[in-house]
Amino acid sequence: MPESALEHQNTAGSAVVYRMSPLGHFSQSEAPSLSGHRSPFVLTSFCTEDNVLECRSYINQEVSSLGLRAVWTPTDGPAELNVVAVLNSLYELIQLHRQGLRALDDMEVERQRSASNTELLQLSNTRLKGQLELSKRENTSLLEKERQLQLKVKNLQSCLKNEKEEVQRLQNIIASRASQYNHDMKRKEREFGKLKERLNQLLVDKKEKKQAMEVLNYVERADGKRSMWKTGRTEARHEGEVYRTLLSDYDARQRELVLENSEQRKVLQQMKRDMVSLLRGSKPARREETPGDPQTQGDSEDSEEVFESSCVDAREKLTNSIRLKWRKLKSHMERLDSQASLVQAGEGAEPDAVPLETHGQEMERLKLEIQQCKDFIHSQQQLLQQRLTSPCEEEEAAAIPPGSPMQGEGGRPGERGRLGEDWRALEEQRTHFEKERKTFTEAAIRLSHERMMFEEDRATWLKHQFLHWTPFTDQNQPEMTEGEQEAASVFSPECLPGSPSPETSSSPRCQALQTQSTADPYRSLPPSPESSHSPTQPITINGCIGELPIGSSGGTATVRTQLTS
Amino acid sequence: MNFSEIFKQSNQLCRISPDGRYLATCVQYRLVVRDVNSLQILHLYTCLDQIVHMEWSSDSLFILCAMYKRGLVQVWSLEQPDWHCKIDEGSIGLVSSRWSPDGRHILNTTEFHLRVTVWSLCTKAVSYIKYPKACQKGIDFSRDGSYMALAERRDCKDYVSVFVCEDWHLLRHFETETQDLAGLEWSPNGCVLAVWDSCLEYKVLLYSLDGRLLSSFSAYEWSLGIKSLAWSPSSQFLAIGSFDEKVRILNHITWKKITEFEHPATIYPALAGLGLMCVSTGPLTVGGGPMDHTTIPVVKPDLDRANPKVGVSSLAFSADGRYLATKNDNMASVVWVWNMQKMSLEAVLEQTAAVRCFQWDPRRPRLALCTGTPRLYLWSPAGSVSVQVPSEGGFQVHALSWHSNGDSLVLIGKEHLCLCYMDTEDKSTDSNIWTK
Repeated sequence: MPESALEHQNTAGSAVVYRMSPLGHFSQSEAPSLSGHRSPFVLTSFCTEDNVLECRSYINQEVSSLGLRAVWTPTDGPAELNVVAVLNSLYELIQLHRQGLRALDDMEVERQRSASNTELLQLSNTRLKGQLELSKRENTSLLEKERQLQLKVKNLQSCLKNEKEEVQRLQNIIASRASQYNHDMKRKEREFGKLKERLNQLLVDKKEKKQAMEVLNYVERADGKRSMWKTGRTEARHEGEVYRTLLSDYDARQRELVLENSEQRKVLQQMKRDMVSLLRGSKPARREETPGDPQTQGDSEDSEEVFESSCVDAREKLTNSIRLKWRKLKSHMERLDSQASLVQAGEGAEPDAVPLETHGQEMERLKLEIQQCKDFIHSQQQLLQQRLTSPCEEEEAAAIPPGSPMQGEGGRPGERGRLGEDWRALEEQRTHFEKERKTFTEAAIRLSHERMMFEEDRATWLKHQFLHWTPFTDQNQPEMTEGEQEAASVFSPECLPGSPSPETSSSPRCQALQTQSTADPYRSLPPSPESSHSPTQPITINGCIGELPIGSSGGTATVRTQLTS
Repeated sequence: MNFSEIFKQSNQLCRISPDGRYLATCVQYRLVVRDVNSLQILHLYTCLDQIVHMEWSSDSLFILCAMYKRGLVQVWSLEQPDWHCKIDEGSIGLVSSRWSPDGRHILNTTEFHLRVTVWSLCTKAVSYIKYPKACQKGIDFSRDGSYMALAERRDCKDYVSVFVCEDWHLLRHFETETQDLAGLEWSPNGCVLAVWDSCLEYKVLLYSLDGRLLSSFSAYEWSLGIKSLAWSPSSQFLAIGSFDEKVRILNHITWKKITEFEHPATIYPALAGLGLMCVSTGPLTVGGGPMDHTTIPVVKPDLDRANPKVGVSSLAFSADGRYLATKNDNMASVVWVWNMQKMSLEAVLEQTAAVRCFQWDPRRPRLALCTGTPRLYLWSPAGSVSVQVPSEGGFQVHALSWHSNGDSLVLIGKEHLCLCYMDTEDKSTDSNIWTK
């Protein structure tokens, strides 16, 4: 109890605090049922018949701490209770309790009110935020509109300025025209006035001076001839003179224009010839062009004759052909430029053309091989590196990883000797690989060169076809057929023995002939005497042409492979 | 370069005969005919009144002297000095008088342009042409003298009549699409007639000799239009100078503009490709070196008045057609020479005073110009020269005219005239004459 009194003094200034320790103390000693109970609302048996006195004093203490009248005073008697006081204090406690409850209610109400207030405020806050967002957006949109309107205003102002300038200019024009009109008007008025005066004068004037000419004697005409009467013939003569003058003028003009025209045509043809020679001369002669040359010459002569006649078609054709050749020349120059950069070591290119497909396959095969060799070389190098580095490590490190090639306790010189051998072998391999790689690259270069040659061949072939394409088949026929007949006569005896080789040897000829013939090969070529005599001959011109469509439909590749093989 | 002595003349009437042998001058009412080389007086005729207009006939045998106030025209013969001819127009009055190309007919225009009377010196025939138009250039003869084009105006419409000069037969008569025809000019080959409208409308109509309309050209609307027009000697080009300070060149095949020459106030010689830049001729030739740019003095005209002093008023092609000389009225002291082969500016000749007159040599590309000062300026592609006319009393050159052989010049002052003989033999002796 003195402990509790002390505690009470210590905590006198503070609010009512539920002290656990004395109760705890009590609970340990007297009221075990009170341990752990904190809530004052739970009805517990705090007081029993044993601890009345202690309870009494404890309650006294508590009550006095609450500021109420004491429950028991020592004057009342030791074991008795002042019932009045107890009831009073009880009443007071009840009052206190009631007060407390009321305060609690009030506070609840207050709390609820403030909670609703905050809710309200939150709602209004969100609402206002939303409104703010909205108004901000409106503001930006209004700013944007204002900017656009200002732009519009600026535009309109500049338009206005332009219009004003225009108006000013037109006003100036009007002013100058008005002054001109006024000036003319005044002049005319003055003249009118003079006229009126003169008229008046004439009306007044009695004697009228007539026009007259006095001449001593009439003179001769300038050209010495006598003047003629005006008759219909003279009028017709005059008309004739007029038209003669005009016609001579037109004649002179037309002559000039014809001269100009012919000069320009000459220039164009010169250009065309130059271009043709450029295109032809830039590539080395592939095929035998002897049948081609006379034909091209004949072509140009024919074209000259044709173009001399000034029909619109011929003119258009000339200009078109020049345009095409110019384009071809340009593309050819571009190709040459690109190829010049590609081709490095121009080894003697074989004249045989390589077909595209096999060329591609070979290229791929070579590439694969190169890749494999490279990998092999790389792996070998790696092994070599390992071999080299591991003896160095042996000097320092203690543990030799198992499986390394350097096994054994063999002396270093021995190892080194083996190393040297291995190294030499590897070197040999490397040089071998290098050589192989070089050959492969050279083969690749050669293949690319051959490819280029093939392309050029194709271009010349196309060009030949294009150059020698002309609708004037009839004129070209005799030359072509002659050439072909010659070729046929040259080749047909060679063609007799065996089929495959003559076929191959004659097929280029046939192909060349095919390029030069017109669209209908059968019709354009007369049957050669040899072919007509020996129908069994597999190789004649007709036969060739007859065979070629079949063969060529399978692709020119088939023909060409035979050549290379 | 030699100069003759100064002679008197009146009304700027000094003409060299077409054959180049005589020089005719008028002094008040006297007509003086001199030999061109010796300047000796060969004939002296006296007219009834002060001579206002004097003209040689095309064969150099007759001279016409017109006195407009009195309405008289007197014709004098060189072969027969006693021969005389007088045409009295009477009450009808006289406004202009001219020869016909054959030299035997005289065309007199009456007062108020009532009619044109064609008087013949060979026959008694008299022809009348009604309603001639009073305009800048209403009559033009073709170069070979076979045709005459006359502008007429009837019922507020413009017409052109083409006459055959041989017998004055009316060949063609057609209406033109002009508002107010201002002038007409034959092309040198005589096949095309150019007809242009007054300055209120920019319009040039091109008619063929037989009266067909070949083409019409109009560069712009509303602003003041054509001020001057000139054919190139080959009839290849037609140069049109207008109030907008530009010259437009039309070609004779399509009658469309092939180029236009501008007369800007600031020239950039490098850009214009000028060989010889600005030639500012002072006492002696000054060949201008290359300059960055040069500004030309411009006199702003009073645009409120009629016929403002702006625009290209004079155009002249050189005899070979290679050069065109132009003058812009608001840069009156500058003559622009254009190269017709390159279609670009060749030279800009800037003078100290306003250029009064310029004319090309009939034989070679040489331009003579005068500014109302006692100096004569000559330009050619080789160089330019400026010569002082030697005189005591301060002879001011107001006009000039070349002799047909291109060897001499007639310099006409206010009351005097002077002949200038070019040095034809040796140009190199005169070191200061031609500089590059």
